[in-house]
Amino acid sequence: MDLEYGEAAESFRQRFRVWLADNLDHSWRDKVELTTDPDDPASGPVDAEYVREFDQMLFEAGFKGLTWPKEYGGQGLTRIEQVVFSEEQFRSGAPPALNFFGDFLIGPTLLAWGSEDQKKRFLPPILKSEELWCQGFSEPNAGSDLASLQTRAERDGDEWVITGQKVWTTLGHTADWIFLLARTDPDQPQHKGISYLLVPMKQSGVQVRPIRQLTGTNEFNEIFLDGARTQVENVVGGVGNGWKVAMTTLAFERSATATTQALRYHQELDRIIDEARNVAGADGQPKSQDPVVRQQLAQAYSQVMIMKAQGFRTLTSILEDRDLGVTPSLNKIFWSEYHRWVTELAMSIRGPQGCVVGDDYKLSVEQQTYLFAKSETIWGGTAEIQRNIVGERGLGLPKEPRADRSPVGGRESARA
Amino acid sequence: MHFGFTDEQEELRGVARSFLEANSGSLRVREVMETNAGFDQQLWSRISGELGWTSLIIPEAYGGSGFTFVEMIAVLEEMGRALACVPFVSSAVLASSVIMMAATETQKKEYLPAIAMGESIATVALAEASGRWDAQSIATSARPDGADYVLSGTKMFVTDGTMSDVIIVAARMADATDVAGGEPESGIGLFAVPVETPGLERTGLSMMDQTRAQAEVNLSDVRVPESARLGLGEQSTAWPAIAKVLDLTAVALAAEAVGGAQKCLDMSVAYAKEREQFGRPIGSFQAIKHKCADMLVLVEAARSATYYAAWSAAQDNDELPVVAPLAKAYAADAYTRCAQENIQIHGGIGFTWEHDAHLYLKRAKSTEVLLGDSNYHRDLLADRVGM
Repeated sequence: MDLEYGEAAESFRQRFRVWLADNLDHSWRDKVELTTDPDDPASGPVDAEYVREFDQMLFEAGFKGLTWPKEYGGQGLTRIEQVVFSEEQFRSGAPPALNFFGDFLIGPTLLAWGSEDQKKRFLPPILKSEELWCQGFSEPNAGSDLASLQTRAERDGDEWVITGQKVWTTLGHTADWIFLLARTDPDQPQHKGISYLLVPMKQSGVQVRPIRQLTGTNEFNEIFLDGARTQVENVVGGVGNGWKVAMTTLAFERSATATTQALRYHQELDRIIDEARNVAGADGQPKSQDPVVRQQLAQAYSQVMIMKAQGFRTLTSILEDRDLGVTPSLNKIFWSEYHRWVTELAMSIRGPQGCVVGDDYKLSVEQQTYLFAKSETIWGGTAEIQRNIVGERGLGLPKEPRADRSPVGGRESARA
Repeated sequence: MHFGFTDEQEELRGVARSFLEANSGSLRVREVMETNAGFDQQLWSRISGELGWTSLIIPEAYGGSGFTFVEMIAVLEEMGRALACVPFVSSAVLASSVIMMAATETQKKEYLPAIAMGESIATVALAEASGRWDAQSIATSARPDGADYVLSGTKMFVTDGTMSDVIIVAARMADATDVAGGEPESGIGLFAVPVETPGLERTGLSMMDQTRAQAEVNLSDVRVPESARLGLGEQSTAWPAIAKVLDLTAVALAAEAVGGAQKCLDMSVAYAKEREQFGRPIGSFQAIKHKCADMLVLVEAARSATYYAAWSAAQDNDELPVVAPLAKAYAADAYTRCAQENIQIHGGIGFTWEHDAHLYLKRAKSTEVLLGDSNYHRDLLADRVGM
């Protein structure tokens, strides 16, 4: 067992640290009105001028597309440098990625599945953040059962014409492009008639409506596609192959945060422990001395350390190009349920004062985090779907009976 | 960066798995359980002689193989999976480590080679009537008398005490000037006492878990020579060494727990695939499938904690005092939970004596309380991170 990252990675770390020390303006957090935890990639980066500015500085200094080949504007480094980058970006308090969906989801997906033309056309503007991206997988009637999606795309000369609705689209209102799944052949079985399309957002056939969440804010959107058009060559991985390509994207989504998850939760837990030291309990003693609270904090600490260790195991598999199997699902269940629980613990430590909100229902970052944690066991595959994946693909248990397929060996209905 | 086992370490694990499947299957375990000693002598000779597992972490200078804790946990996971009825943790981890940590060169040469060969079985007697493994609970006294020490007191939960040849007794030094108002950790001595020493009496405790033997050890004016005191009193107290050995042993128990919990999961999954109700395998229903998924989440998390702690032990770094109690508490809880779910998934058959599910539940429970329960270990963790 060896937890050293190696000389090349450490010298990269040193280089990036020096650069951050010279270039990062720590005051950016005071200037923006934070509506969500700025360190949570899922909640979408805060919409702030500095995030854009910083992204541009990163690009110019050669810190973007670290693992991408040089011919597409990348740096040609290895995955360990990418990990080091994320760790240092997080530790330094730098802004999160401006173009998360571009940098970490569609970019790598195109590298894996895209045609040469697609790579040349789309990768450089992603790195420069000239084109921002969003993701269009979930639909109102296709959440956990993603393959039952109903958005359809039909050929019209040189173009695909797309009709349908997508939901829970992070950053839909700022994106220039969307990568989405649409049914291109309704006669094919569910998983087979789907294609992975790249569609421009700024056109009359695309309407974006914000969703007001239970936090009162709107980080997510609904996307209405009514005759939206894209060039026929903007299909990734071939017509009818969208399901496989989407699985690649989801795998990137689930492994993007292998080692930074624990860092983030460690900092958060340190803040919670600090609060417990400063809030008095029933007997006037700090809550951190309450034996029950201490047990809970120690349990939380254990889970964060386990995430760290789990992160090293995942990273080892990634670096050795081993199949991750159901590891991403196991990790997702572990961190999302931990976070839901620990934010509840934090709220109970704060007591009634922690439940007071500001004018116009303005929530503190802590309150936002507590409420937002309820979405984390839902997005990216619910905790229940992850358990199905773990049970079926990881442990080989038989599939759940389905009511939407004929009972004896018949062809799957497309339900279109 | 490689957080995993090397090919050689994996091979060691593979050998351990197949050897124990062949030689410590559940029929064999049940046979041994029924005996008074609860000791599989035959298995012991083979794992110590033929396979050399008892020598794993003992340095080559003392007749050992000089491996690290990482190799040790690979074997321990398999020992836990097989419920092997041998004094492995007590002799090859607990007592060996105490000697390596606290003994003089001469003492190491005296005891370690025989332990490495499995010819001598050793254990440590620490807990007393309170059932706690902390310094405060040590009331057994060691009184100097001429060139000897005289030990008096009663030790409880001495793991594998009945089958041991040497018992290393933790006692409070009666001559320590600071005993009265001092810290509980001060003035603790360790004495290697051969079991045939007059005044030492061992009684096997009838335990719910019949796969791990525990004993009560009575010391009434047990006279040992000065040379029996580990370290000959060079250190005013042996507690720091004991604390570290308890951490190492906690990691060992965590590894055994991971192996046992994995076995519970394997049994559950196999049964869920084969048992049919309502015309379908019960594993197709989410109520069962999700239970199995939860067990895998727990097993993998416990495994990560344990591997990290083993790495820390092998590196001998300053994270060990934090991650050892962490791994013990988490892995023992995970084991108990998996053992319970295993019974639940099996339904009625899982509640029978014939089925093996109860063996794991009972082992899980005994693992949980050994060295202190999970709340105790989480409290240690909280202390040690300065909470």
